[in-house]
Amino acid sequence: MSGAVLRVNNLQTQFQTRGGVLKAVDGVSFEVGRGRILGLVGESGSGKSVTGYSILGLIEPPGKVAGGEVLLNGKDITRLKGDAMRQVRGAQIAMVFQDPMMTLNPVLKIGTQMIAAVRAHDKVSRKVARSRARDALAKVGIPSPEERLDAYPHQLSGGMRQRVAIAIALLHSPAVIIADEPTTALDVSIQGQILAEVRRLADETGTAFVWVTHDLAVVSSLADDICVMYAGRVVESGPAADVIASPRHPYTAGLLASVPAEHEPGTKLPQVPGSTPSLANLPQGCAFAPRCAKAGPACTTTPPVQHFEDGRTALCHYPIEPVSCQPLSLTSTTYRSAS
Amino acid sequence: MIGFLIQRVLQALMVVIAMSIIVFLGVYAIGNPIDVMIDPASDQALREALIQRYGFDRPLFEQYFIFMNNMLHGDLGESFIYRLPVLNLILSRLPATLELALTAMLIATCLGIPLGLWAGYKPDSLSAKAIMGFSVLGFSVPSFWVGLLLIMVFAVELGWLPSGGRGPTTEVLGMNLSITSLEGWSYILLPAFNLALFKLGLLIRLTRAGTVEVMSSDYVRFARAQGLSEGKVVSLHVLKNISIPIVTVFGLELGSTLAFAVVTETVFNWPGMGKLIIDSITVLDRPVMVAYLILVVFLFVMINLVVDLIYGQLDPRIRVKAAS
Ligand SMILES: Nc1ncnc2c1ncn2[C@@H]1O[C@H](COP(=O)(O)OP(=O)(O)O)[C@@H](O)[C@H]1O
Ligand code: SF4
Ligand SMILES: [Mg+2]
Repeated sequence: MSGAVLRVNNLQTQFQTRGGVLKAVDGVSFEVGRGRILGLVGESGSGKSVTGYSILGLIEPPGKVAGGEVLLNGKDITRLKGDAMRQVRGAQIAMVFQDPMMTLNPVLKIGTQMIAAVRAHDKVSRKVARSRARDALAKVGIPSPEERLDAYPHQLSGGMRQRVAIAIALLHSPAVIIADEPTTALDVSIQGQILAEVRRLADETGTAFVWVTHDLAVVSSLADDICVMYAGRVVESGPAADVIASPRHPYTAGLLASVPAEHEPGTKLPQVPGSTPSLANLPQGCAFAPRCAKAGPACTTTPPVQHFEDGRTALCHYPIEPVSCQPLSLTSTTYRSAS
Repeated sequence: MIGFLIQRVLQALMVVIAMSIIVFLGVYAIGNPIDVMIDPASDQALREALIQRYGFDRPLFEQYFIFMNNMLHGDLGESFIYRLPVLNLILSRLPATLELALTAMLIATCLGIPLGLWAGYKPDSLSAKAIMGFSVLGFSVPSFWVGLLLIMVFAVELGWLPSGGRGPTTEVLGMNLSITSLEGWSYILLPAFNLALFKLGLLIRLTRAGTVEVMSSDYVRFARAQGLSEGKVVSLHVLKNISIPIVTVFGLELGSTLAFAVVTETVFNWPGMGKLIIDSITVLDRPVMVAYLILVVFLFVMINLVVDLIYGQLDPRIRVKAAS
């Protein structure tokens, strides 16, 4: 796909700690096209948020982006400094965070925060900025947007607040929005509404989304493509439907087996055994080896990236054979566009 | 809002009444004022007459009620020493202390907030560490010693500023103020700086702590992700959020500075209320002490009330609680 809006190449982000260098993101690559939604999946601590922050140049010491490229419409933005990078943030790439309780300043009105966001990039009057803020709120389905501008964050529900955050991200019609677990803190029905809204926005405005989540059910219903991360690396990638129907990496298969929808009610959910390894002492070779049922003798060496049909990849010595029969999807709803 | 106001005013009233009892009892317990008022050689009859006149022979609670009743009529008694109404006496000293305290607060705020912001914005920088070191000195070195040092350096050695006293005053809105003239400023600068030092240290630390907290918050990260400039992040998010603790300290410190500028006023021979109370304590001028302390309580309560009201303006979450 040459029309990628955002292409991340071999991104490396490290944290200097007392115990040594932590490779929180270790050679991550992916790309998103116009109007497409990429699901970035992985357990907590796998490096999803750090990937997002790295793309926006928001990593602060003791962390740093140590290598790789972030190509926005073909231009590497990792080398941008100071004000040049600030002009990209919010205008060309925007980000939405997980906890809507924390991402809005509790002592400032919604309107004040949105007007500041408009005026960060466009030198317009407060009045114009305010009307643009109002339009953005309407665009994400917030009722009586004019009144909401005068509200404080605590006067809105969690779902409303997250819509406000998405509206802020949309203000400058960015090419890409990185959404870092934006619906995790919300209940399921609100989550469903927001996912539908996001799908519509991607289709109508052509905005590309990187949708970070640890919830495969969300990805299966929303994303076009999927990237599974483990210990700072992408272990599997490909079209979402294909990956979910027939995972090639043992870790993806384990994650899928633990999703409730695919499982018979009343029996215990299988979990991926073991827990996320500490980045400080990753095992030699494949980081997943201690938890992997398929691990073999070769797994003490770093696995290669295996390329399969349909642009799928897996980082594994012994990838799972593809299954031919199409199993059921994870959820009954789907927000994926029929393509 | 009105309900909140009434509730707070009632609370304030209770505090004033409770404090008036404590102050009255406390002051009553120390010494017999008659002994300082009259010549030890005078005869018993004069003594009895005076005791009768001031009502010292009556039961304590009666004395208290007479005192309170008089106070409600604006009569806080008469100084044993100056033979003047206490209220006039104290109020005549108020402008001097007021201008000293406010100048000190101004110095502390104008230096403390920018320094604290910087120290919180770049907490690992050398300059931030120097600022923090200075702030520790600010409230650990005794005030009288710093005062003497300031006099030594700026008045005695360099001869730039006068060593004490207050400059010429002009009447503004019925108050005699010295900060209206340049000469007045030359007198007030050293004592005001001396008085400001503790508050300066406190404000620096408070501002720094608030800044560090806000800068590491999710909403600042989100603001940066929107492309807000660093200047805007600080002026919009940090300043607004740290204004709440700063207003608290400002209120508390303004009250205590007005009430207890004693040491500085003594060292710099500043003719304010602090010097008056010290003199009154030395000679056991009971009405002055009682009135002064009650006035101080009143001052504190009023300042706290104002601070609470400002809070409501600054933090919308408090407004909601108060309304419900
Ligand atoms: N500020 C930091 N200092 C040190 N290590 C960090 C810091 N931020 C993140 N990390 C490391 O990066 C890893 C990945 O974190 P993160 O991207 O937040 O995971 P995820 O979003 O997938 O849950 C963490 O396990 C942690 O070890
Ligand atoms: S490389 Fe080996 S240990 Fe790692 S996932 Fe594949 S089979 Fe399992
Ligand atoms: Mg995260």
